[in-house]
Amino acid sequence: MTSAKQEYQTLRIGAGQIKVLERLCNACAVSGDEGEVRKIVLEQVRPYAEEVKVDALGNVLVTRHGQGKDTLRVMLAAHMDEVGLMLIQDEGEGIFRFDTVGGLDARQLAGKPVWVGREHVPGVIGAKPIHLTQPDEIKKTIPLDTLRIDVGPGSNKVKVGDRATFATSFTRLGPSLIAKALDDRLGVATLIELVKNAPSNIELLAVFTVQEEIGSRGARVAAFAFDPDLAIVLESTPANDLPTWEEEDGEPVENAHYNSRLGDGPAIYLADAATISDPRLVRHLVETAETFDIPYQFRQPGSGGTDAGAIHRQRAGIPSVSVSVPGRYHHTPAAVARLSDWQNTLALVHAALTRLSPLIFKD
Amino acid sequence: MKSLIQKLVETPSPSGYEAQIREVIRSEVAPFADEVRVDALGNLIVRKGQVGPGGSKIMLAAHMDEIGIMATHVDENGFVRFMPIGGVRPHTCMGGRVRFLNGTLGVIGMERQDDQNKVPTFEQLFIDVGAGTRAACPVRIGDVAAFERPFTDLGDRLVSKAMDDRIGAAVIIEVLRALNVSPHQLFFVFSVQEEVGLRGATTAAFGVDPDLGLAVDVTGTGDTPKGRKMEVGLGKGPAIKVRDSGMLADPRVVDWMVKTAEKDRIPYQLEILEGGTTDARALQLTRAGVPTGCLSIPTRYIHSPSEMVAYGDVQNAVRMLVELLSRPVQL
Amino acid sequence: MTDLLPFLKKLISAPGLAGFETPVRNLIQEAWSPLTDELSVSRLGSLHGLRRGTAPEPRPSILITAHMDAIGLMVKGITDDFLRITPIGGVDPRVLPGQLVTVHGREDLPGVVVQPPAHLLPTFSQDETIPIEYLLVDTGLPSARLKRLVRVGDLVSFAQAPLETAGETLVGHTLDNRASVAVLTGCLDHLANRPHAWDVWAAATVQEEETLGGAMTSAFQLHPALAVAVDVTFAASPGSPSHKTYPLGKGPTLGWGPNVHPALFKAFKELAERLEIPYSVEAMPRHSGTDAFAMQVTAEGIPSMVVGIPLRYMHTPVEMVSMKDIERASRLLAEFTASLEVDFIEKITWED
Repeated sequence: MTSAKQEYQTLRIGAGQIKVLERLCNACAVSGDEGEVRKIVLEQVRPYAEEVKVDALGNVLVTRHGQGKDTLRVMLAAHMDEVGLMLIQDEGEGIFRFDTVGGLDARQLAGKPVWVGREHVPGVIGAKPIHLTQPDEIKKTIPLDTLRIDVGPGSNKVKVGDRATFATSFTRLGPSLIAKALDDRLGVATLIELVKNAPSNIELLAVFTVQEEIGSRGARVAAFAFDPDLAIVLESTPANDLPTWEEEDGEPVENAHYNSRLGDGPAIYLADAATISDPRLVRHLVETAETFDIPYQFRQPGSGGTDAGAIHRQRAGIPSVSVSVPGRYHHTPAAVARLSDWQNTLALVHAALTRLSPLIFKD
Repeated sequence: MKSLIQKLVETPSPSGYEAQIREVIRSEVAPFADEVRVDALGNLIVRKGQVGPGGSKIMLAAHMDEIGIMATHVDENGFVRFMPIGGVRPHTCMGGRVRFLNGTLGVIGMERQDDQNKVPTFEQLFIDVGAGTRAACPVRIGDVAAFERPFTDLGDRLVSKAMDDRIGAAVIIEVLRALNVSPHQLFFVFSVQEEVGLRGATTAAFGVDPDLGLAVDVTGTGDTPKGRKMEVGLGKGPAIKVRDSGMLADPRVVDWMVKTAEKDRIPYQLEILEGGTTDARALQLTRAGVPTGCLSIPTRYIHSPSEMVAYGDVQNAVRMLVELLSRPVQL
Repeated sequence: MTDLLPFLKKLISAPGLAGFETPVRNLIQEAWSPLTDELSVSRLGSLHGLRRGTAPEPRPSILITAHMDAIGLMVKGITDDFLRITPIGGVDPRVLPGQLVTVHGREDLPGVVVQPPAHLLPTFSQDETIPIEYLLVDTGLPSARLKRLVRVGDLVSFAQAPLETAGETLVGHTLDNRASVAVLTGCLDHLANRPHAWDVWAAATVQEEETLGGAMTSAFQLHPALAVAVDVTFAASPGSPSHKTYPLGKGPTLGWGPNVHPALFKAFKELAERLEIPYSVEAMPRHSGTDAFAMQVTAEGIPSMVVGIPLRYMHTPVEMVSMKDIERASRLLAEFTASLEVDFIEKITWED
């Protein structure tokens, strides 16, 4: 079914939205300790929402009522937490043993500055000088076990249990955004915009979730509480669209494992390891994109998971789908995303919401 | 019953894409059901009867999804890269054939490796549908296919892909047909997405909220050359599950099943499965908990395109369930 | 104040493997009967004991759990005169060869876990662990008699008898997690003499070692406002890393991390300091590996806490705990529960 193409006019990403994203990315919110981001979210949504609640795990649940009877109850989720570190043992002289929280490649850690705790106390993860390292040691990765966070001797501001993140400040570079935690502050920023501009044809149940990176724990209880008719998860998925090493005729061969591509628009999920997207919701998103001429792509089916994995299994089942802004280098000190992809993701989801009705589930 | 089994196993419906098998089963069960509904994830839920004296609300679950594959990329030469849906293993793929839901047939090929004796990874496999370019390929990213193998009747032994768990579905369809009187209110649930993590049974059980749960699924056997060490064998009767890697069956339910089998002289085996679980796990952990067990059909070569069951075991499974459900449950 | 030592020794002498907890549940039921207003059993077999609070209805409730199930073995087959076994829960195969066990068949039979001679097994080098599937249990009985007394599915538990060792410590199998059951019992005992505003649910849960199924379903059924899991944690011992272990005999641990509500941690910590009960902070960066992991995400979510009892040599038949730690933990839990004000839940906010 094709309808006449229309141009999407409504929501735009401007300086205000970028400023909110900047504050979100620069905030530190490791899974289980999302307070800094939660504060920004609450400040942004409180003036607009009919109901705001912080639940037992720290999720922010926001309701914007629709108009009319029998409106579809639509849950939207974006996670506030990022992967990071927790200090687990004080070895004295400002040196702390730490452990990772969420999926972090240990090879991203050595030689990096970090922020520790609520006050963003500066620290570093050092590495043994190359001069003191044996040749065969260099060949192997530095074991996580040997890395330490160093805040300098004599500090009384840092203790065991504090969390730490990469010390990256948000920047814009041409068409790109560079920051830590674009996964999933892009989703959070998008959801804030949708809460502020909630369409009246649906009951919007927005949740800013906690602990996604350690198993979608927040999403699970939020979905149980809301018990919506359907759910859309806003994420940022890896774009592995770099050139392959192998070449043919002097050119890299085709990259068959790109997952998603920067610049190709919002990435719609078909299936990942945790969820098989409801085909009706996928179809609705695709039809919306084609009607409004919004570029889109499919995120390659494969591994990984989003909050949809926890949501769709709650209660008697909740049809779910995820949509992502593609981003390179997630879970490292600096991720890169395109402003245009973010704009198109906001446009696609907003337009899709305005076109939703209970008929979506009539086969 | 054999023609029912054939119809079920030959319908392509991998996890998440069960529409075809759902319609096949619906037409089989509709004449016998008080109510048929489809829930939010696509589970087919059939209700029969009311709770009478000494009766309870009992949920039976057999999953209607099968393992399969999903296209992840079509390269510029028209070859399709794919990922497994559920527990597919590369060594059952080599030289195999798949049928996409849009009808396209494909052959699974393999990249050449330095060590020809190593089992390839999924990244080294691809599907050839006979297209020469990406544009000419009728398959796109996200398209889903099931393995293609016809049902074969060897007399007492039946062979097909998707015996896991269409054989369980066939069994509970037959039970639905054969059960004349029961004090129980019964829910026959044909669940979705079991192979990717018991997803359908989780939500169906929450919705049904039963007093007691019974899954019907396949289990392995220990009777093939240098096979796993397991007491269950083909042809020695349906297996009463004591434990698998995801759940411990409620001992009271196991006891009830054993006593019934012995009283009615139905052959049975006791099953411990290491490496694999079923919808029963999801049932047991629902809400405030559900006493749950599982009746298993011994099956050789599970998750290969040629799964083998003993017809006698299947018929005895039907008998056993009819006996169990015809009378009040004493746990 | 009930002396917990004889009770605990009785608990660790009774079988109660995950999925088959009835024998130990009966012992706990007996002990809890005078300490609770109501006792009931959940659909999966967990024991629920209720002490009603004094506040007017509707009263909030706190759920404190200690899992009562144990790890062990199950018979998966009989070959000649020997039993083949499969683990229940996380059994370390390295501690099995030579272990004395009890086979719970049609009657209880003594047995020993044996490692067959090397030439009867596939090739393993001297320093390779022999996996459980190659080990056997020998009861000394010939096959014909064995087959009459034992069948597939029968349980095998460790036969190590409790030992009282120096410094008021106790050694035995299954102190994970019967030590916490003793803590919970001690807590109920203290509460018998203290008024408390909130309802208190004490639950001896099932199947923690396999699925966390008991905690999950009990929390769903009882729907408490707060949940506390009491479980053993790693005590410092030879070869164990110092950053993951806590001293034995220096008090319980208080959990900190995503599985714990920070306001609950703070309340427990301040209370322990006020009562001068020594404690350690247990940093858990991801999950707690306890019942709290399931309870926290039940239904709409429950603020949860983890209290740990340091234990050496976890999941071996010679686990060791300090009775002093058990008594301190009981007291801390009882005082926390008794001091709960009716509006405590409103005070549990996410700071910010």
